[in-house]
Formats: sequence, structure tokens, C-alpha cells
Amino acid sequence: MPNKSIYFSGLMNYFEETGKVTLFAIRFFKEAFKPPYEWKELIRQCYLIGYQSLVLVAITGFIMGLVLDLQTRPTMIEFGAESYMPSMIGISIVREIGPVITALICAGKIGSGIGAELGSMRVTEQIDAMEVSGTNPFKFLVVTRIWATTLMLPILVIMADAVGLFGSWIVENLKGDVTFALFFNQVFNNIEFGDLIPSTIKSFFFGFAIGLIGCYKGYYTSKGTAGVGAAANTAVVVASLLLFVFDLIAVLITDIFYEI
Amino acid sequence: MNQQDKIREELALIENWDPAIPLIEIEDMRKAFGDHEVLKGFNLKLFDKENLVIVGKSGSGKSVLLKCIVQLESMDSGMLKVLGQDIAELDHEKLDRIRANVGFLFQGSALYDSMTVRENLQFPLRRHPERRRGDEESSLILDALKSVGLVDAIDLMPSELSGGMKRRIALARTLILRPKIILYDEPTSGLDPITSKEIIELILEIQQEYGTASLIITHDMDCARVISNRMIILVNGINYAEGTYHELLNSKDSNIRAFFKGA
Repeated sequence: MPNKSIYFSGLMNYFEETGKVTLFAIRFFKEAFKPPYEWKELIRQCYLIGYQSLVLVAITGFIMGLVLDLQTRPTMIEFGAESYMPSMIGISIVREIGPVITALICAGKIGSGIGAELGSMRVTEQIDAMEVSGTNPFKFLVVTRIWATTLMLPILVIMADAVGLFGSWIVENLKGDVTFALFFNQVFNNIEFGDLIPSTIKSFFFGFAIGLIGCYKGYYTSKGTAGVGAAANTAVVVASLLLFVFDLIAVLITDIFYEI
Repeated sequence: MNQQDKIREELALIENWDPAIPLIEIEDMRKAFGDHEVLKGFNLKLFDKENLVIVGKSGSGKSVLLKCIVQLESMDSGMLKVLGQDIAELDHEKLDRIRANVGFLFQGSALYDSMTVRENLQFPLRRHPERRRGDEESSLILDALKSVGLVDAIDLMPSELSGGMKRRIALARTLILRPKIILYDEPTSGLDPITSKEIIELILEIQQEYGTASLIITHDMDCARVISNRMIILVNGINYAEGTYHELLNSKDSNIRAFFKGA
């Protein structure tokens, strides 16, 4: 049977790591609003994180819409609720599935990319080189990446929602002969601000979580190339976990304000 | 006095440094990692335009010493002054200004691999505009590349450069801010003998051209022989011996002689 001290040290490590991530986030907020600003690098990161994820997110969103429609359609027909398909799909995608699936895909692509990039910069002393030349690597590497993920994720989510709805419409059109106008009319008639605003706001938090964890794991990488792999891996795992925690909090808060 | 005037005054003071005052002064520096004490009361004085070489076996704390000087590591106790400033007491802003006067050549070159050679040199310069001294950015970059003989590499990526070229570009990036002191961490390690010789000659040329003081960490005794004005032998975390290359070469001490075997 494992010794009690193993559980204790595991718990202590958990609290220590949580504290370090919190301090890292506080440092981000301190540096994020203080000049000089790294605009050029921020735009470059927005391009890399946002634009270069468009295709992946679009494909995922499209398949998500197709699958969701195909899976739910038989049950809805069984209950004689086929006509509710567009509104049900619309609300599901906009409220929950779109933001969460997009964020998970981005945690995998962007979170691991940031973790590996900063990790390899750390082990090859590039971050040290920035520091000893009297420049601020945190501002250049971390602040720009966290801003970019925070700003780009909501845009990617909106695009994934749109493409996902389009995918659903294709199924509805092929199986139920529903026109484009009818489908989207129904979707937009049933989506309210209470669906759209909380999901957009939580997308900002998802983006922040992906950037924060990716940067934290990469920035403090140690133990050489093995450490880089571990940083990329744990960035994805921890960011994904954090996404669900943020999602739960978002749903609880939304529940208070909008009485779902 | 505004911030710019203050920076200009600091730069003027450093440029007209009193040669009698050490640029770097270390007294009784101690540094441990857990139970393992690496530096056990190390002392050092580096003077203007001097080439001071520190030799020691692998794991003797040479690189840790350099990292303490630029505050990549913090020492546990002792006194460390760089350009007259107690560096452990400085806030981030002042520390960065001191760091801009202290170049650091990393063992692995540490070029920013997502940037071209030009961008590698631009990076520190754009963040320290006061160090342009009114010159055009492009001409400063070309001057630094000319000093290391690699003007043609300006638009290459680090992955397209050989080991020796990377070391030269890293040196050019160090020179771009016109530092008063350059710290070299094993400048010839991992290079073939011919490239090592070229790098050693380059270090000497640069010292004459830019008038810098150099603190060189190495276990390459050929490098030490050619470059050093003075040497310190680091054994067990302390200054075991100090003197010129030839004084130490003629020492009867078996520990010192061990360093010169095969040199």
C-alpha cells in the first residue's frame, strides 16, 4: 500500500504548481498593459495561431455538424420532433459543442506548439540570451502568445460554429429536404443573446487558458529535450483539463444570469 | 533629470571608465544546488581591456559563475559588483541597463532560430535604442557582421549556418550593443581545431577593435595561452591559483600542472 507521505507530497506538488501558474498569470497581467508593446510579434502570433488554425478548425467544425445531425436525427424522428432539428443543433453548437471542441482542438495544436517552441528555446538558452541582452523575453514570448490565443480563439469558435451549422444543414438538406433559408431561419430564431454572449465570453477564457498553460510549461522547461516533449504533452493535458473547469464555471454563472 | 539623460550619463560614465576600478568585482561568492556547494568563496577582479581566463574541470562551477554575474542564477552569499553596481540589489530596469553593457557568448551560440541573422542582430538593438548612438540600425548591423567576417550571411537562418558561423554570428549579436565587458562561455567547445583558432583570433581582434574586457571560461589551454593576460584556476569552487599563463605553466604544484598536460 502506498505510503501516506506519497499522497502528501503529491498534494503539495499540486498546490505548488497551482501557485506558480497563478504567479505566472499575475506577471502576465502586470506586463501585458505596460509599454513598450510588442505589436509586430503580437500580429505574427495572431497570424500563426489564428489564421494557420483556420483549416483544421473548419474541417473539425464541419464534421462536428455532420455527426451531430446524423446522430440525433433518428431519435428526434422517433419522438416526432424532426422540425426542431435546426434549433436543437443551433443551440447545441453555439452554446457548448462549438466552443469546447474548438478549444480542445486548439489546446492540442496551439498549446502543444507553444509548449514545445518555448521549451526548446529554453533548453537551447535562447531565452537566457534574450534575458542577458537586457531585453524582456517574458513580454516578447509570453505576453504576445497569451494575447494572441485569447483574441483568436473566439474568432475560431465563431467560424467553427458557422461551418458546423453548415455541415448540419447539408445532412438536413439531403435527408429531409430542408432549404438553406429555412434551416438558418429556424436556427437564428431560436438562438438568443443568452446563448451567444456567454459562449463568446467563455471562448476568451478558453484561449487565455491554452496560452497561459502552453507558455508556462514551455517557459519553465528543464531536463533537455525530454523536458521539451514533456512540456508539450503536459501543456495539452493541463490546458484541456482547465478548459472543462472553465466550462463548468461558465455554465454555472450562465445558469444564474439566464436561468437555462 | 529625465530618463534619457540619466541613461546617457550612465553610458558616458561607462565609456570613460577609470581603469583602476574593476569592471567586475566578486568577493567570497558562494553558490550551492541543494547540498552540493559549487562555489565556495570565489574571488575575482576584472579590469578594463583585460582578458581574464578561468580554467577548471567540467562541473567545477565555471558556467555557474558566469550565470551569477549576469543574474541568470542568483548567488547564495558574497559580494558581486558589475560596473560598480551591486547587481543583486538592482531592480529589473536597472539590471537590464547593466546587462546591455555585458555581452554574453553562450556555449551553444543560442541564436534565435525563428529569426534571420539580420533579425537576430536587430532584436537587442531595437530594444535598446539609446545604444545606437545616433547611427543607422542597418549600418550598425553591417559593422557587427563585418567584424566577424560574415556580411554575406545577413539573410540566412541559423539552421543554414555551420557551428563556427553560428558562434561568429552570436559574437556579432553580442557586439551590436557595444558592451564594455564580454563573457565567453567555452568559446571554442565543439569546434574543430581550425575553426577554434579562427574564433580565438577573432576574440583578440574584437577586443582590440571594440576595447572590451573579456572574461573567458574554458578548458581549452591553447585558447587560454593565446588569449589570456591573466588566468585563474578554479578548483573545488575556489581560486586555486592565479597568474599569467607562463607563471602557472612553470608552477611545481601537481594540481596546476595537471591542467597543462597535453596543452
